[in-house]
Amino acid sequence: MIPAAFEYHRPADMADVIALLEEHGDDARVMAGGHSLIPMMKLRMAEIPHLIDLQDVAGLKGITVADGRVTLGAMVTQHELIQHQGLADAAPILREAALVIADPQVRYMGTVGGNVANGDPGNDMPGLMQCLDAEFTLVGPDGERTVSARDFCEAAYMTEREDEEVLTAISFDAPAGGYAYEKQKRKIGDYATAAAAVILQKDGGTCTAASIAMTNLSDVPVWSEAAGEALTGTTVDAAAVSAAVQAVLDDIDPVEDNRGPVAFKRHVAGIILTRAIQRAWDRA
Amino acid sequence: MSDKMHIKLKVNGEDREFLAEPRELLIYALREHLDLTGPHVGCDTSHCGACTVTIDGKSVKSCTMFVAQANGAEITTIEGIGQPDALHVLQESFREHHGLQCGFCTPGMITRATKLLEENPDPTEEDIRFGMAGNICRCTGYQNIVKSIQAAATEMNSAKEAAE
Repeated sequence: MIPAAFEYHRPADMADVIALLEEHGDDARVMAGGHSLIPMMKLRMAEIPHLIDLQDVAGLKGITVADGRVTLGAMVTQHELIQHQGLADAAPILREAALVIADPQVRYMGTVGGNVANGDPGNDMPGLMQCLDAEFTLVGPDGERTVSARDFCEAAYMTEREDEEVLTAISFDAPAGGYAYEKQKRKIGDYATAAAAVILQKDGGTCTAASIAMTNLSDVPVWSEAAGEALTGTTVDAAAVSAAVQAVLDDIDPVEDNRGPVAFKRHVAGIILTRAIQRAWDRA
Repeated sequence: MSDKMHIKLKVNGEDREFLAEPRELLIYALREHLDLTGPHVGCDTSHCGACTVTIDGKSVKSCTMFVAQANGAEITTIEGIGQPDALHVLQESFREHHGLQCGFCTPGMITRATKLLEENPDPTEEDIRFGMAGNICRCTGYQNIVKSIQAAATEMNSAKEAAE
């Protein structure tokens, strides 16, 4: 409950953030909504001598939808994702996923950037961003670069982001067709036992494209290219769904914890993916 | 040990200033520096919501915010929502509908419910249960909390209609 002492910084622009990260190196960490970092600090699993609060940093807020491209500032909260009508029209899967993340209070504070940068495989947004083929903008001492969501996660809590970089924005093409974010959890606010993000396109009765990613079934989110391919060109009949499930089961690597043993998680993954595909297909 | 910061908050309409270490959690600052002991601490993992207060228009678990982060903010706690001789509609409704027993979750529940009804003045039962899902209660089984909030919503809506 009692975090270790730290020096608090509240810079107003990104240049000052980068300067602080360069000055303090490993001893500094940025904080967005604080709803993963502060709990870790309270348990002393994270000790951060220099805490850099991003709340006043200009340019990290805001949702834009223009020419079919969606851009989310890293400091956009889950609450804002849910409330934004333009986003609900352009990419309704964001609202569907945000509503199964945490609880109202946490959603007022927790940000989309923090959710994806955290690196916890339990977070829901990283898998969703892989499904959407999103790009993450990282700003560091050498300027800006973009990393594909599909290349961003390396291992639990390990990402492509360098210590002196800050994730500033997320962008993706507004997805066409049907969508679903389906999550099995023990109760409100729990991380997924298994969750599936599905986007697919239908032309006539045939699936013309599909993207599938799974949450909390490995130490990183799992975008399964083979699962998407298993649906493409089919009528999404039982055989095709079964092939997609098999492809996902070949790609995931869940571990046993108090959400259940590996065999159970693999079973749940199949059920959840089947439901997500069905719902996305109905909406396509 | 880091230096203490000069913290300024507007709490329940009053300007308050005090010195605090940045690492002090807002809940402790409210309880220990400002003697506002209505908001409670029920967990150390940000689940229970007993510490819920309203900060700049958001329902926030004050155990998951450093006092340094809140510096400059406007905060409402249960003490600012009503007074014993002039209860807020929600407070009266929780009493009327037996929406509390031990009372430990109640300050967070009512503070959260004020914001819920502000955002959704006419919630369904499902809206209420989902909108209150960040607040845990060990005594009531939630049923009477739902009734309390429903009744308060009805009363607030008819008061608003009467005023129009």
